[in-house]
Formats: sequence, structure tokens, C-alpha cells
Amino acid sequence: MEEIKLMKGNEAVAIAAVRSGCDGYFGYPITPQSEILETLMAEKPWETTGMIVLQAESEVASINMVYGGASCGKRVMTSSSSPGISLMSEGLSYIAGAELPCVIVNVQRGGPGLGTIQPSQGDYFQAVKAAGHGDFDLIVLAPSSVQEMYDFVYDAFDLAFKYRNPVLILSDGAIGQMMEKVVIRPQTARKTNDEIIEECGSWAVTGKRGRTRNISTSVELDSVEQEKFNEKLQAKYKTIRETEVRFEEINCEDADFVIVAYGLCARISSKVMEMGREEGIKIGLLRPITLLPFPTERLNELSKRVKGFLVVEMNAGQMVQDVRLSVTTDVPVEHYGRMGGIIPAPSETFEALKRFINKLK
Amino acid sequence: MMKEELIIAGFGGQGVLSMGKILAYSGVIQDLEVSWMPSYGPEMRGGTANVMVMISDKPISSPVVHEFDTAIILNQQSMDKFESMVKPGGALIYDENGIVKAPTRSDIDIYTIDAVAETVKMGNSKMFNTLILGGYLKVRPSIAIESVFMALKRSLPERAWKLLPDNEKAIKRGMEIIVKR
Repeated sequence: MEEIKLMKGNEAVAIAAVRSGCDGYFGYPITPQSEILETLMAEKPWETTGMIVLQAESEVASINMVYGGASCGKRVMTSSSSPGISLMSEGLSYIAGAELPCVIVNVQRGGPGLGTIQPSQGDYFQAVKAAGHGDFDLIVLAPSSVQEMYDFVYDAFDLAFKYRNPVLILSDGAIGQMMEKVVIRPQTARKTNDEIIEECGSWAVTGKRGRTRNISTSVELDSVEQEKFNEKLQAKYKTIRETEVRFEEINCEDADFVIVAYGLCARISSKVMEMGREEGIKIGLLRPITLLPFPTERLNELSKRVKGFLVVEMNAGQMVQDVRLSVTTDVPVEHYGRMGGIIPAPSETFEALKRFINKLK
Repeated sequence: MMKEELIIAGFGGQGVLSMGKILAYSGVIQDLEVSWMPSYGPEMRGGTANVMVMISDKPISSPVVHEFDTAIILNQQSMDKFESMVKPGGALIYDENGIVKAPTRSDIDIYTIDAVAETVKMGNSKMFNTLILGGYLKVRPSIAIESVFMALKRSLPERAWKLLPDNEKAIKRGMEIIVKR
């Protein structure tokens, strides 16, 4: 039965995990995402679906529990906020190296270091460029509403298993803490062991009855073999770039200026777009939904007919670099951002856009 | 068209966040779009707390704004910060208790509600935010009182339903005691 509930983004992640048939969540509390673990503990899914919920002793332990569960073909996940995600980088790299599916949620807070518990998008580079050591890509989804916090848990598991790749949901403290209406889907049953063997039997550690053994590892000391593996990974990432780019476009058809923003900043920017349109300024919004793969081609197409891009982020200017790399024309690309846990108000962002437009005249 | 951009601001423990939640829930009951954005902090009580609530019959773009249709202000720090952020023609609701510098804007509607004194009369300090909520519903009738009653019932666990009649009474009382300045 479909239900509509008013809930926080963090609660939506927890409920989606249970409802989507997740097998295990392993996490360690950190503000502003502790409600994910708290909600799961309150839901007690081990009594209903059999899903395991475990508070590990640290983030390092959590990600390695995820590594273990994923090796068995189970649908497993973890969540944390910025400093905790840094602690998970080694494990993430191992999981990517072993080509295992899993879901990680980062409800970002301001940094560097312990920084602040207020919202930020300062981990964009970490998410899309260097989630850990070695040449690997995550798939990165950026929810901009509580509904998407819910829906993207399903999408993330689908993508993770489709490509045997870790998928990161990159959110922020504001989306995690805010409440909106959410459409809750009916319960999906967890996969049975037989279904897991059928789906993942070629690689997962499921007990080797009647087949050759599967080894889940990221080590290959023969450089020739390792390079072959690197090439295989890169071919997979190329396929992902060609097939999985997702973005939302509003009012870009006739736009003179396009704001590029994701997550909470996309919501703020859509208000800026409304304010601009009221004053007769033709503003469009391009919201990357996948940050990796990035909507490079679409941005380049738009660059051939718009007068400028403004990239709005809660950081010092990170995604703006990917927008500049996407654009092959000399159309100006400017950044507006706030840091330290400050959320840019629509009014100040609109002022920044007007300054940008005036500069171009 | 219905659109309300509201901030409720005061001390942690005054029921600021839960008042916002009841209003957002009431919006859901009326099949409206809502968002509830708290300023979250490390402490549960004592610090300043505020919540932005958007209620609209259209999808809500930004859950964060700096110009409000209505501000409900429950301490001086919040008055200092948010009085200037009320849109011209908007409404500001406050309890004079604890406010040393009254609002001075002349381009907005200012309402006072003597809720602290009323809780003393009622002998129940927990009804403070419910009284204020009632005052708000008088000023902004687009949220129906029946929706609020339903939201209260649905958001409280069954063991707390015995408190519903007192809450309903406090909402109605709040509607009576709010005055335009």
C-alpha cells in the first residue's frame, strides 16, 4: 500500500533501506545524520524483514562490515557525515577494487577537520574525484528533496548491483534534517539465498557447492594483470558515463543564463529562477542528479546558446571546475558559494547572479 | 493560490520545532505541499531554536528563505534577527513577556499574545506553544483548525491522546487572546 508521510531526509533513508529489502546497515553515529541509525533501531527491521542493523565501533569497522556483506552478494549499506566518510576512504577503495556493490550515504557537514555540524557541500571533490586511493570511480547521486533521499536508496542499490560498484548518495545536513512529504513504497522482500546465488553466483562468496571458488579481493601483484584489471574498470566507468547520466532541467529552452546546482542549492536556485523570471530575466536551472557521471555533454550543448553559467554551491567552488571542463566554448562560468555551514539565501544568490549578469554587459 | 513562508523562533524547549511540525502536518492533511527546516544544533534545550515552515498549494522551491510572510518570535535574540526579515505587509506575532525591545516596523501587521500569563492562569506551562499556535491560526486562517486537531492526534502517541482536549482548548483560547497592536 502506498503511504504518504511527513519525515526527515535521514528518516527517509532509513525507511527506504528497510522497504527496499536491504540486508544490512552498519554505521556509527555522527551529526547531522544520526537519525538514520536511530530510525533503523526504532524500526527493528530484524524482527520483520530480517535486516541486520548494527552500530559498529567506528566508521572504519562499518565500511569493512559493508565490504564483508557485499562480498556475500548481500544488499548492504552505511551512512555517515563528512569526517566519518574520510575514515571510510580506505575501505571504499578496497570495495571498488574488489568490484563489490554497496550503498554509502554522506550527509555532509562543514569542514575541514571536525568543522561544523551545519550543512555543506564541501565533499564534492572527495565524492567525485578521490573517494580513496587508486584509479576508481564511485557512482554519485545527489538528492535535493526528502522524497529523493527515499527514492535514491532504491536507485543506488539498483546501480550498485548493475555495475558491481559502490554508489554514494551525496546529501547534506539540511536535506537530512528537513521534513517533507514522502511517498513510501510497499515492502520489497529481501532476496533469498537462492536468488542471491542466481544473481551474484559468478562473483559472490556464497558457498562453492558445485562450482569453482569465487575470490573477493582487491590485490593483484602482477602488474600486467593489474593493468588489465584497471582497463576493465575504466571500460565499466565509460559505460556508466555513456548510460547513467541523470539531470533535471527547468526553463533552459529559452534561458539566457543557466544556474547549475545540486542538492539543497538546486532548491535555492529554483527560487532564484522564479525571482529572476518575475523580473523578466530568462534564467534556467540545470540540476545534476548524478554528479558522477556528470552531465558534461548537456552542459556543453547549452554553452553554445546561453550567455553564462552561475554555479551555486555550499563550498569554495568545486563543481564549478567540472562545469568549466564540460564547456568547450568561451561562455563565462562563475561561482557563488557560502562555506562554514551557511546556507546561501535565495535573495543573496539572486544578487550574485545580477552582479554576474551586469559584469557581462 | 495559497503560499505561506513562516519562521518560528525562540529558545529550545519552548516548543518551537514541534509547533512547526504540527503546522506542516496540518498542511499535509489539507493535501498541500510543505517543508519544515530546523536550525539544528548540538543542544536540545536552552540554545536558540528556529524552524522555517513553507506551506503551499504548489511545489516548494526553496525550503530556506530570508523573507517571511509571518514570523512568530519568542525571544529577544530572535526579534533582533528576524524582525527585519518579515515581508512588507507580512505579520509578526510575539509574546511581550521576555521581549525588552518591541518591534518597530510600521509596514507589517504586529500581533501580541499574552501566552505566558495565560499558561499561569491555566496552570499548565506546557500549553505555551499551543496557545501561540492558536493565535497564529486566527491571523492566518488558511490552515483549518480541524486539520490542526487531526495533526495533533496523528503526531501524538496514543498514550498521550488524553492531552488532546487541553490542547484543543488552548488553541481556541489562543485565538481569543491574540491582539493586533
